[in-house]
Amino acid sequence: MMSATTSTLDVARIQADFPILARTVNGKRLVYLDSASSAQKPEAVLAAMDRIYRESYANVHRGVYTIAEEATAAFEAARTKVARFIGATDSREIVFTRNATEAINLVAYSWARANLREGDVIVLSHLEHHANVVPWHILRQERGVEIRWIPITADQRLDLDGLDDLLDGAKLLAITAMSNVTGTIVDVAGLAARARAAGAHVLVDGCQAVPQMPVDVHAWDADFVAFSSHKLLGPAGIGALWARAELLEAMPPFMGGGEMIRDVTTEGFLPNDIPWKFEAGTPAIAEAVGMGAAVDYLQAIGMDTVRAHERALTQYALDALADRFGDRLTVYGPAGADDRGGVISFLFDEIHAHDVSQVVDEEGVCVRAGHHCAKPLMRQLGVPATTRASFGVYNDRADADALVEALAKAEAFFAI
Amino acid sequence: MSGLQDLYREIILDHYRAPRNRGELPVPPAHLVEGFNPLCGDEVVLYLEVEDGVVTDVKTAGQGCSISQASTSMMSAAVKGKPVDDARALIRAFKALMSIHESKLEGAEETDLSADLEGVRLGDLEALQGVVKFPVRIKCATLAWNVLQQGLDETAAESEA
Ligand SMILES: Cc1ncc(COP(=O)(O)O)c(C=O)c1O
Repeated sequence: MMSATTSTLDVARIQADFPILARTVNGKRLVYLDSASSAQKPEAVLAAMDRIYRESYANVHRGVYTIAEEATAAFEAARTKVARFIGATDSREIVFTRNATEAINLVAYSWARANLREGDVIVLSHLEHHANVVPWHILRQERGVEIRWIPITADQRLDLDGLDDLLDGAKLLAITAMSNVTGTIVDVAGLAARARAAGAHVLVDGCQAVPQMPVDVHAWDADFVAFSSHKLLGPAGIGALWARAELLEAMPPFMGGGEMIRDVTTEGFLPNDIPWKFEAGTPAIAEAVGMGAAVDYLQAIGMDTVRAHERALTQYALDALADRFGDRLTVYGPAGADDRGGVISFLFDEIHAHDVSQVVDEEGVCVRAGHHCAKPLMRQLGVPATTRASFGVYNDRADADALVEALAKAEAFFAI
Repeated sequence: MSGLQDLYREIILDHYRAPRNRGELPVPPAHLVEGFNPLCGDEVVLYLEVEDGVVTDVKTAGQGCSISQASTSMMSAAVKGKPVDDARALIRAFKALMSIHESKLEGAEETDLSADLEGVRLGDLEALQGVVKFPVRIKCATLAWNVLQQGLDETAAESEA
């Protein structure tokens, strides 16, 4: 599918596409290293959203007047773009949601409540984001399902030794494709094959993987894939659930209201066709268009090129951190960049993650400190918080260097 | 690093590096209270001994960022040996100090805040005032004081029961 040969990214040219990168913070160049949390937006996305509001804004799927048809066409075109971007052939398999969290909740509230009962098993991993943990805890409280956890190794990969036992009798494997804390890349296709052999359905949290590497939902052989636009260079407020059409057809509606119905009487309602059956109410129209523009932008670069860039920059940063700080800095996750995305979590022995991020902010460097919405993983690491730097297409070696220099200042500042 | 120097005054770093009153007290007679800051994972554990309306002893445990831990240390030093009423006045004064920034933003009357501050000597604690310029860190600074308040309320309820 993706035949474009991997070329190196002209990062300087990319940077020029992102207006926010021109600003300064505390008199310093903005060094944005928090794309795993939310990515910055290129001009193309801002322009597409601006254009729809200025020229073709109206509610979708309602009016027959010209601009309503234009808005509907733009909204549905975005759906097709998003579908293609992840290798889906049928755009009816993309349900627009608010974000990945809502996409996973949609599966938990609709598919799982229709298909799982007391004692049924859901398998998660210790790498999961709360978005792929709490909906299942809620289901457990309500339904008495059992949750089993795939443990992790000392370098925060999945420990698959006991996987067959964990999957024995499981109805669902819900797994991240890439950790948002350690960057660990998970072999989704391999896990999905084993889950299927055990008779389980497969949900993939694609929040970090979809923006960073080529993703093909059929190559993964998944049933559900959730992801957010805002980490994908698109606007916040929209995300997507991809699910197999036959599953969506069989699933009951999630929320009720306008848009999701074919007919309503005083006696009841008939649901709309998929995917609209799951899109109750007026959707985030301009945001969908923005998400479509974002995937266009990434596709023009080529996701193989994006992955090669993330990998090279991550390796460079890992080496630079090790050279400069040695054992004083603990870096979590797999040792090399081959098995990890552009996410690096770390901790100084003696300095709290929040103090580090406060001091580096003074240098214009934006990094995240905290538990990264992955408290089960933090418990495994045995720390309350880490500092995390993450890379996007617009980051380069100068940004990694700026991080290292800023961290050196933090270390000096808190020196005992 | 002028803003930073405001946040991380030398006295704050001193309390962070050499926290006062670290340790534990036997429970009971001491009272144990814990507090968490879910944002950063700061944790404050307080052992509080109250006798005849006086905070006779305080020990602290827990972990977290320099602001939360320095504030805990300063709080323990400020209330140890003080009458409960003075400790409560300090809590009010400290919270007023931390909310000045917010109330200024909202344009609220400042008079009620200065009433809380009046007649209370904050001493070293005033060094924490720099925190208000960094609104997300205010929770780090107030955590220890919320825990203290909870502890005083609980011991009061116990002695009434
Ligand atoms: C791996 C992972 N899953 C889920 C989420 C939740 O995404 P959102 O907040 O956009 O729903 C995130 C975002 O932090 C994430 O990194």
